[in-house]
Amino acid sequence: MISVKNLCKSFNGKAVLKDITVTFETGKTNLIIGRSGSGKTVLLKSIVGLHDIESGEIWYENILFNKLSFKDKKKIRSEMGMLFQGSALFDSLTVEQNVRFPLDMFADISNEEKEERVNFCLKRVNIVNANKLYPAELSGGMKKRVAIARAIALNPKYLFCDEPNSGLDPITAILIDELIKELTEEYSMTTIINTHDMNSVMEIGEKIIFISDGLKNWEGSKDEILSSDCESLNDFVFANALAKKLRATAK
Amino acid sequence: MATEIFKMIFRFLNQLGRYILLLKKVFSKPEKRVVYYRQTMKEFVNLGLTSIGIIAIISFFMGAVITLQTAYNTENPIYPKYLIGLGTRDSMILEFSSTIAALILAGKVGSNIAAEIGTMRVTEQIDALEIMGINSASYLILPKLIATLIFNPVLTLIAITVGIFGGGMAGTLSGVMTLENYIYGIQYAFIPFYITYSLIKTVFFAFIITSVSAFQGYYVEGGSLEVGRASTKAVVYSSVLILLFNVILTQLLLS
Repeated sequence: MISVKNLCKSFNGKAVLKDITVTFETGKTNLIIGRSGSGKTVLLKSIVGLHDIESGEIWYENILFNKLSFKDKKKIRSEMGMLFQGSALFDSLTVEQNVRFPLDMFADISNEEKEERVNFCLKRVNIVNANKLYPAELSGGMKKRVAIARAIALNPKYLFCDEPNSGLDPITAILIDELIKELTEEYSMTTIINTHDMNSVMEIGEKIIFISDGLKNWEGSKDEILSSDCESLNDFVFANALAKKLRATAK
Repeated sequence: MATEIFKMIFRFLNQLGRYILLLKKVFSKPEKRVVYYRQTMKEFVNLGLTSIGIIAIISFFMGAVITLQTAYNTENPIYPKYLIGLGTRDSMILEFSSTIAALILAGKVGSNIAAEIGTMRVTEQIDALEIMGINSASYLILPKLIATLIFNPVLTLIAITVGIFGGGMAGTLSGVMTLENYIYGIQYAFIPFYITYSLIKTVFFAFIITSVSAFQGYYVEGGSLEVGRASTKAVVYSSVLILLFNVILTQLLLS
């Protein structure tokens, strides 16, 4: 479980996150949704410690993460996996080497065991016959899947995904969503996904928080989202023509 | 006007502080020595071995030109011909092999380092390293520093050798002097400390090129345009610092 309490963050005097308090539950896919520029990515990067926060607390179980030193954060970081918006695969390494990288850095296991783990992770995300390819030779969907394989290589307790569907076609996007949900359940991870894709929300959103202008405006489940009376949330959820039509029909 | 100067000083001190903090991160204890060793070997190839060609070609022609220019400017019979060889040797050892070669490497290696690390920054690869709990500064920069600090002196020795050889070729083929005169000249009044002086300068310059370029790349914000700018800044700042330290080191070592 990850808890965020009264988190505030600003850049050059401009407040980007204002007093955010939320709990992300274990074994669930927790979604942060909101418009572009609403502060979703800053919140996610603050939670993982890539941004220093101004005030507030970030708890990983019973450990106050934001007060730890770089050295002490390392232990928790070894339990984190993250899928970045652009995949962030290492260009100079092959698919196999990318997935193996965290194992080389942190796992005290033999080369054979590492190889076995790499192949298992790649198979788990349905990447076959691509071990020797470089990231530049992969499609967008494959890159995301390799990045997921790298993220789960060390059996993380926490999985963070920053816009996992951006730039993907709807079918591949659903496959990635399903994969993240399956892995979350399989490894009982605390997964936090940052997205503005309503398909993802309706497919895998077990706990959703809605951020607008740096404020948490709404919190609930995918079943509650369609009947919410939060105006800014409704503007976001029913922004496109299809959603508006469906809403009108339902009414 | 005073405010502008104050701002400039503040910006400089701010950058200097960030540079020192980055170096502190770079020299912290590596996570896994085996991985760092492997990375260092890769950098020997990327930054060192691939520079041999350009250094050899430029040194050869520089040696040739120095010889020919010295010959045409010392046509007076009171100057013995072997002085041409001596002039080429000392020019190659004292200035070309260390300073000019360092300026060339600032262009080749410096821009490469800044672009590579800058691209890793804007494509979130550095964030990915940080998330894994890896000291990204140390992992990315320390192997490059070790590789250049060790390999650049080798490049300097290659530059000296090839440059003197190029001078001999040009001198004899153009007929401005005999090979015997040239060989006598390059051995005449040789001061071994000049080699040490050149290598000391090279080590300093290697540190400047790698650390300044890595600093420029590591703190890039934005996209490809900013990576390009960082790359240019890396070359410009490294070159200026090389020239500045050339004066300081020359004063300290040869005075």
